[in-house]
Amino acid sequence: MRINLTNVLVDDQEKARRFYTEVLGFVPKHDVPLGGGARWLTVVSPQDPDGTELLLEPTGHPAAKPYKDALVADGIPYTSFAVDDVKAEYVRLRELGVRFTQEPTDMGTVVTAVFDDTCGNLIQIAHQTS
Amino acid sequence: MGDVFKALADPTRRTILDELTDRDGQTLFEICARLTNKHGLGSSRQAVSQHLDVLEAAGLVKTRRDGRYKFHYIDTEPLEPIVERWLNKPGKRGPT
Repeated sequence: MRINLTNVLVDDQEKARRFYTEVLGFVPKHDVPLGGGARWLTVVSPQDPDGTELLLEPTGHPAAKPYKDALVADGIPYTSFAVDDVKAEYVRLRELGVRFTQEPTDMGTVVTAVFDDTCGNLIQIAHQTS
Repeated sequence: MGDVFKALADPTRRTILDELTDRDGQTLFEICARLTNKHGLGSSRQAVSQHLDVLEAAGLVKTRRDGRYKFHYIDTEPLEPIVERWLNKPGKRGPT
């Protein structure tokens, strides 16, 4: 068994597609209309095009918004991406106007930072230091 | 002042203040992550939230909502009466 797909609940799929590709740098993989305006919209890392796909899932369920709002209020990212250098990525994304709720912080064996994906989620980026 | 001493009596709460001194304005998530990863304190998020409530009641932590996020800040003002009470009396710095 392996993880081939994981998802984030996004408020607006088109806005999410732009943010995840143009700002974060992921690559589109699938974009299939599903009816009702929803799309099966996935992106992958350019470093791993055959790896885990990230599904940009529309926030259709009424419980989704209160759930996301509560997580954001407490600063909780429920999705995390690996980067080579958190500080460098922080500088790059800040220049693109991305809002961080946690600046790069050395947590001992890992450096992490947390930013707002503009689609209702906080995302963590991390690299291991030992 | 009693609330301040009670708030400071707990080592986890003192560690929270240490971490807010390191960087002011943290989310609950960041405080929890720092306690776990830097100090090996495996307190639940709920327990940390309760510690923050005690610190806030004592006036040592202030919270501020900024848009959709909530940040915690240290406030050292309640510590000043302690300094004035015992440490800040000119001419009475030690036995003569």
